[in-house]
Amino acid sequence: MSVIPILNEGASEERQENARMSNFVGAIAIKDLVKTTLGPKGMDKIMQSTTNTNDVTITNDGATILKNVAADNAAAKILINVSMTQDSEVGDGTTSVVVFTGELLAEAEKLINKNIHPQTIIMGYRKAQKVAIETLQKCARDNSHEQSKLMDDLMNIAKTTLSSKILSQDKDHFAKIAVDAILRQGKDVNVDRISFIKKVGGTLTDSYLDEGYILSKSMGVGQPRRIENARIMIANTAMDADKVKIYGAKVKTSNMQNVIDLEKAEKDRMARKVELICDSKCNVFINRLLIYNYPEQLFTQKGVVSIEHAEFDGIEHLAAITGAEIVSEFREGADYRLGTCKLIEEVIIGEDRVIRFSGLPKAGASTIVLRGANQHVLDEAERSLHDALCVLQQAIRDHRVVYGGGCTEMIMAQAVDDVANLTQGKQQLAMLGFSTALRQMPTHLCDNAGLDSHEVVSKLRAAHFAEKEKLGECPLGLNLEKGEVGSMEKLGIVESISVKNAMINSACEATELILRVDTILTSAPRQRREE
Amino acid sequence: MAKVPMLIDETGQPYIILQDQQNEQRISGIDALKNNIYAAMAVGGTIRTSYGPKGMDKALVSRDGDVSVTNDGRTILESMDIANQIARLIVELSIAHDDEVGDGTTGVAILACALCEHCLPLLSKGIHPIRIAEGFEKAASAVCSYIETIADKIEFSQGDVSPLLVPARSCISSKIINRQSDQMAKIAVDAVTSVCDWERRDVQFDHIKIESKAGGRLEDTELIQGLLIDKGISHIQMSKKIEKAKIAILTCPFEAPKPKTKYEINIDTTEKYEKLAQEEKEYYRRMVDLCKASGANLIICQWGFDDEANYLLMKNELPAIRWVGGPDIELIAMATGGKIIPRFEDITPEKLGTAELVREITIGNSGDQCMTCIEGCPYTKAVTIFLRGGNKMIIEEAKRSIHDAVCVVRNLIKDNRIVYGGGAVELASSIHINELADTIATQDQYIFRAYAEAMEAIPVCLAENSGLDAMSEIEKIKVQQVTTKNPFLGIDCMELGESDMKKNGVYETLVGKKAQISLATQVVRMILKIDDLIKEGGEQ
Repeated sequence: MSVIPILNEGASEERQENARMSNFVGAIAIKDLVKTTLGPKGMDKIMQSTTNTNDVTITNDGATILKNVAADNAAAKILINVSMTQDSEVGDGTTSVVVFTGELLAEAEKLINKNIHPQTIIMGYRKAQKVAIETLQKCARDNSHEQSKLMDDLMNIAKTTLSSKILSQDKDHFAKIAVDAILRQGKDVNVDRISFIKKVGGTLTDSYLDEGYILSKSMGVGQPRRIENARIMIANTAMDADKVKIYGAKVKTSNMQNVIDLEKAEKDRMARKVELICDSKCNVFINRLLIYNYPEQLFTQKGVVSIEHAEFDGIEHLAAITGAEIVSEFREGADYRLGTCKLIEEVIIGEDRVIRFSGLPKAGASTIVLRGANQHVLDEAERSLHDALCVLQQAIRDHRVVYGGGCTEMIMAQAVDDVANLTQGKQQLAMLGFSTALRQMPTHLCDNAGLDSHEVVSKLRAAHFAEKEKLGECPLGLNLEKGEVGSMEKLGIVESISVKNAMINSACEATELILRVDTILTSAPRQRREE
Repeated sequence: MAKVPMLIDETGQPYIILQDQQNEQRISGIDALKNNIYAAMAVGGTIRTSYGPKGMDKALVSRDGDVSVTNDGRTILESMDIANQIARLIVELSIAHDDEVGDGTTGVAILACALCEHCLPLLSKGIHPIRIAEGFEKAASAVCSYIETIADKIEFSQGDVSPLLVPARSCISSKIINRQSDQMAKIAVDAVTSVCDWERRDVQFDHIKIESKAGGRLEDTELIQGLLIDKGISHIQMSKKIEKAKIAILTCPFEAPKPKTKYEINIDTTEKYEKLAQEEKEYYRRMVDLCKASGANLIICQWGFDDEANYLLMKNELPAIRWVGGPDIELIAMATGGKIIPRFEDITPEKLGTAELVREITIGNSGDQCMTCIEGCPYTKAVTIFLRGGNKMIIEEAKRSIHDAVCVVRNLIKDNRIVYGGGAVELASSIHINELADTIATQDQYIFRAYAEAMEAIPVCLAENSGLDAMSEIEKIKVQQVTTKNPFLGIDCMELGESDMKKNGVYETLVGKKAQISLATQVVRMILKIDDLIKEGGEQ
């Protein structure tokens, strides 16, 4: 009997070993791609676009790297998605989650080669995950009852996150910026409220957190550059030409005079709009859209400062912090809720003029001004600080912290080992695989730091084993500066529990998803027409 | 495949019967049948490893390179890029079964393939395909009536729905969400029982909405007693929490009027321009005033808002949600008791819907992931299952699995008869059909035996996927079934040390099983009736 082709041309079906191999190869390739960026001594990647070779990004951020990888492998795509989700959900740990998933799969591959069924491995991993998460909860510390310790924790969390990034040189400085920015928000933390201004020039250490809000726009020509006790109107309205939006409206004239009349009518309409705006007694007018020269000139005449093209982000920020409403419709006798601000002034950062709002009625606004040698440094600095801010946001929601530097991983691995040793059946092997994967995390940290990972990690493991009576209290981890085992408590290397928790959970879910696959069915790619 | 033979008339001239017959390929008779059967079997080979609690998943890469991972028979088959038309019949079988029953889409395809496979020896014996088709049909109806006699009932009532958890859990056990099978089963049962109409024993599926967001853990999945809409409030300064909401549900946009007839407004004088501009302004005000006048305190609109209208709504303290999809609009209308209002002029207080609480919730880190939750709706008991998970693929799979579980619960509410899974019912039927075969004096005897053997494909597949020695396991259970006269014995996939499926709590619905048997048999009959396969010559 000849094989009857049932699939379309170009479509394929990979089964059993082939499918598994394809999955493992894909996932491990992705892991190997990002593992060198892990930890304080991790390296960065350059990403160059194929279409525009001038478009270059340099980053250490796992999510950013993976976003730009054009993968053509099912498992690789799953891993990339895991990283993206981690990014949007907790903001940091995007590399760790991929590396840990990769390690779990690498261990699973070894077990499958020993003829252990994937479902058995999954059951073992599940048990191990449960133990790991329980241990994680146990070894977490909650310092929320003591304000000064909590502050230390926050600073340390920020420092730990920043230490693996480009900002590690000045991590104290940036950690302070990040913690201040978050604390200024009060209880209801929203990272989106913190804006970044990036200006090329100066050094990274010149970056600072501005108390006020900085808008990278300019004021209209001939208008005052400093306004005290500003009354601000924030608008989202057309200030170019106020078109009639009714569909089908069309000007049709028979003579020149009509055109002139209509033009005047249009101008008058705009003038009236400006009048209505000024009637609100505002002295600063900020619009989301453009303001054309004519209305700007009218504003200048009336002594009102106009700021154009503030974008959605800008007006939403400003509305939130000045207490103004965003106005889109004007009429006579209407009352608008204006925003207030003690001082608006034009300041110069580097060589650029920006507008600074200070003395704001509502808390929460802050702008981080980043300075640096070039755009790439600034972009990477923004990504790094954003990660730190997200982690701090998580830390504010859940105060508990765990030790970094591989310490928590070692504690969890040990707990998993203990349970595994008491487990009968093949699941034991899977559980031991899980703990091996956990121990790979500090191994990568060492490798990236150029240390003899086997030597150092085994020392760390021995140190943890020696303290096994006090499971979960041992603060020993890797001191990568000195290349030895050290107390994370003294070094202040801590991480937020929610990041670790999310990392372990989504890595396990993804591993399970990939392990359960035994066939890959690929459809024929859609034919793209030549353009 | 052979070319269509050339026909020649008495003068030696070739006849043309079919257009382009040189290019056409044709096979007929027994070859065509066998060809079709092999094609159907090839499909079965792909999905058989997905069956059962230890079945594996498939990764599917779509034409655009998107990846999904699933265990659901229908989704796998639908996503296979199949060219062969006979193989497509199996795909359609699975789809039809899913639409009708919802669960057991893999099983039905495996059964159909097994039946096809067992036609082959019958055909070799020289039995006419039509005889086989008819024999199969008789056997199928014999099985259906037999399994009714061994079916069991699960007793539950509106007050006590806990017995339903067991079948829901059996359904979930083969999916990736089995790590939370208790929680998921509970969600499925609660969802169905809260929207169920207990008098008519009917479940409105539309009232169960499934929403999802990547992030979080599967454990964070929850059942919301109300509706969840994947949209935020339209203006950031509107209030995000509305108690005792009175909702106007609109399908007209807050935009400048745009009649469907093509028209033009010609402006030639300043007066006309002024008038039009003024008119436009008034238009927005009128719209918002009409909404306000009705006493509504929340607007839900299918279309977009103009900036000016959006501002006016905010100014008038009318929070609003825009771009809400059609199905959602209908659900909201049903749940809140509101009418869908197509024109602003038609807004009256009676047409407003009500809800206890409407609030916007933010998910994850970035502020743009907003959803709106409508709780405490008076009319229907609409619920939303809100799924979370570490990545997009797992959520999609969880969605399909929850859907299956919901279907199982729904079927049980309609008809509470169950049969026992784990291959128990198939083995019992197989034994029964074999016994029947001995009493038949015609060729049907062979056909019945083949049918009985085909029924065993399901337990064989279960045993294989669970890593058991399939043959010896089947024989063992069969002997036990006969000697102990207990038709509930099946394959112990989870190695619990107990093969009585009643004790293990492995249930399948009777409706589902009967549908599987009759649908699979029908498709096989159809395949058996094809004796000619003509493939048109491709375009030159």
